[in-house]
Amino acid sequence: MKFVISVLSPSTAPSTRRALRFAQAALAAGHEIVRVFFYQDGVLSASNNIVVAQDQQNITQQWQTFITENQLDAVVCIAAALRRGVLDQTEAQRYGREAANLAEGYQLSGLGQLHDGLQQAERFISFGGE
Amino acid sequence: MAKSVLLISRQAPWAGIAAAEALDIALAAGAFDLPLSILFMDDGVLQLLDQQQPLALEQKDLSANLQALPMFGIEQLYVAQHCLTERGLAESPLAIAAERLDDQQIQQLIRAHDYVVTL
Repeated sequence: MKFVISVLSPSTAPSTRRALRFAQAALAAGHEIVRVFFYQDGVLSASNNIVVAQDQQNITQQWQTFITENQLDAVVCIAAALRRGVLDQTEAQRYGREAANLAEGYQLSGLGQLHDGLQQAERFISFGGE
Repeated sequence: MAKSVLLISRQAPWAGIAAAEALDIALAAGAFDLPLSILFMDDGVLQLLDQQQPLALEQKDLSANLQALPMFGIEQLYVAQHCLTERGLAESPLAIAAERLDDQQIQQLIRAHDYVVTL
């Protein structure tokens, strides 16, 4: 089965952890993940500026490792990301900000990428919607 | 044939950015000429009310974006009647022409689409 997975909750929410566990289980069961789409507060998981105490679970790091290791197509909505302070090098320069903080393996793009993913997929599952 | 999306918008218009971000999903579908319907449910029905004054909250007028939906080819707009009734709005005029659906019709609407996206 071909899945699009969307993450809508911030990295501190339990649904962000559940989304990762679902994605891992999907790949382990032989399914394909067409795209992971980060939207709303979910864009915060694509920040490499999140620092977690050593005795706490670092779900952001786990998401980033999972995406890199499996070479997943991880798209972060650019408008949602900009308004929450997640910028890549191009956007940091465009808006005169000092630092880019988009983690490796993610790309900023538009909502069209969500729709494009849905057209390719067979199943859509979303985590953290209210 | 393109796969269809039912967007269920459940957030009040001025409870943060959620309602506007849900609407952006619809506008993006329209820009790519993809079939998308919107169902307003729960506090999302409040987006449809007439005579809103977002400037009092220093907010941008969301209803302007709603009015733009038909121009983007998004013309299938629905509202859950029971959610209007629960909020004392059963007879209130709506600023946007959305078809009022009972629970059975909502079930049919969900079944008629390939995907459901809830925000």
